[in-house]
Amino acid sequence: MDAQVLAQEDFVPPGVADFFLPPIFGGVDKAMVLLVLSVLIISVFFVVAARRMQVVPSRFQFIAESIYNFPRNNIAREQLGSEHFRPFIPFFVALFTFILVNNLYGIIPFIQFPTMSHIAFPLAISVLIVYPMWNIVGIRKHGFVGHFKHQLMPPGAPTLVYFLLVPIELFIKFFMNPLTLAIRVFAAMFAGHLLLLVFTLGGEYLLLEAAPALKPVSLMSWAAVIALTFLEALIQVIQAYIFALLAASYVGQALAEEH
Amino acid sequence: MTTAILLAAAEEHNPVFPKPAEIVLGLIAFGILVFVLWKFAVPKFEEAYAKRTEEIEGGIRKAEQAQAEAERARQQYTAQLAEAHSEAAKIRDDARLEAERIREEARAEAQAEAERIVAAGKAQLEAQRQQVIAELRAEYGRNAVELASRIVGEALEDETRRRRTVERFLAELDAQGARN
Repeated sequence: MDAQVLAQEDFVPPGVADFFLPPIFGGVDKAMVLLVLSVLIISVFFVVAARRMQVVPSRFQFIAESIYNFPRNNIAREQLGSEHFRPFIPFFVALFTFILVNNLYGIIPFIQFPTMSHIAFPLAISVLIVYPMWNIVGIRKHGFVGHFKHQLMPPGAPTLVYFLLVPIELFIKFFMNPLTLAIRVFAAMFAGHLLLLVFTLGGEYLLLEAAPALKPVSLMSWAAVIALTFLEALIQVIQAYIFALLAASYVGQALAEEH
Repeated sequence: MTTAILLAAAEEHNPVFPKPAEIVLGLIAFGILVFVLWKFAVPKFEEAYAKRTEEIEGGIRKAEQAQAEAERARQQYTAQLAEAHSEAAKIRDDARLEAERIREEARAEAQAEAERIVAAGKAQLEAQRQQVIAELRAEYGRNAVELASRIVGEALEDETRRRRTVERFLAELDAQGARN
């Protein structure tokens, strides 16, 4: 709104409208296309890499193995334990790379749209996949009652404390955890993309509409865009890591014998 | 301004509410990805890892085997060497003993030979001496008779007397020789 006071012509700040673009065809918009594209990219990458696996890796295989090993070893094995993690490898490799590619879309030239800034996608994975998985794994491990007791009543607390503890644990674990898991990545992607838009469009507006003395300021604005792009790259990778790590951590807690 | 934004937001989709179509698409897309990785990628990766681990472990095992074999060969070699050493020593000792024995034999033989030669020389000398003594004795007799007949001037007719005289003279000579 400050921009509008300063400038002669109306500066339209980027907003929600920039996240919900008009459909390309039918009811399909850019986010949907990118999401499907990410599945294709990751599938082709890993299937091609898997097709020519060798004991002594080639350069391509080495890269593929590095990307594969990160969610396998640093996320799944770390959180689930080396005796339980093997059945979960496909899930966590898919989870990490899926979020990562969809986040990185935000800074890839011409694509420049982080798919996870649409809350529906992380919410679907968090609430409809990770959350049920956490419950199913826990119930299979400890039984139906055992799972809830395991999650809601951490051992070692005095009996009276449980009257306070159980509602808190219930609220956190069965309500907040799945929501915050999705909101965390959504908010980061939404804010990051908005930030880049503000500086990009602001620089453009300054160059075209501002008084001649103010025009060079647009360069500063674009310099900020470049710096923010590096920051975004970092945030996008970290958010993908956090999402997968927390998901693995929840499942790991459900599997754990005792806290 | 605030109302304008609110209006715009009302027209647009509220970003904190998920679109049902996107939820469905997200589920399907992610599901397909998990399926593809589970079916086509992860088994191959895990297989390769298992193979790699196995090969590394196999390599280590093979190396250990080779090392054990080398150690065994070395011990065998050392044992053989020690055996050879002791055998050589034994052969040397045997040879020394044999040489000693041969030398002893040779010496004994030489000594016997020398003794034999000495004895033979002594016997020969004795025989010669006896012969000389016999010859001398006969000559002494003749010379003494001749000398006596010449000195006394009378021929001793009596055979026995003459022999007695000669015998006595010879006994005297013998006694004189023994004294000398």
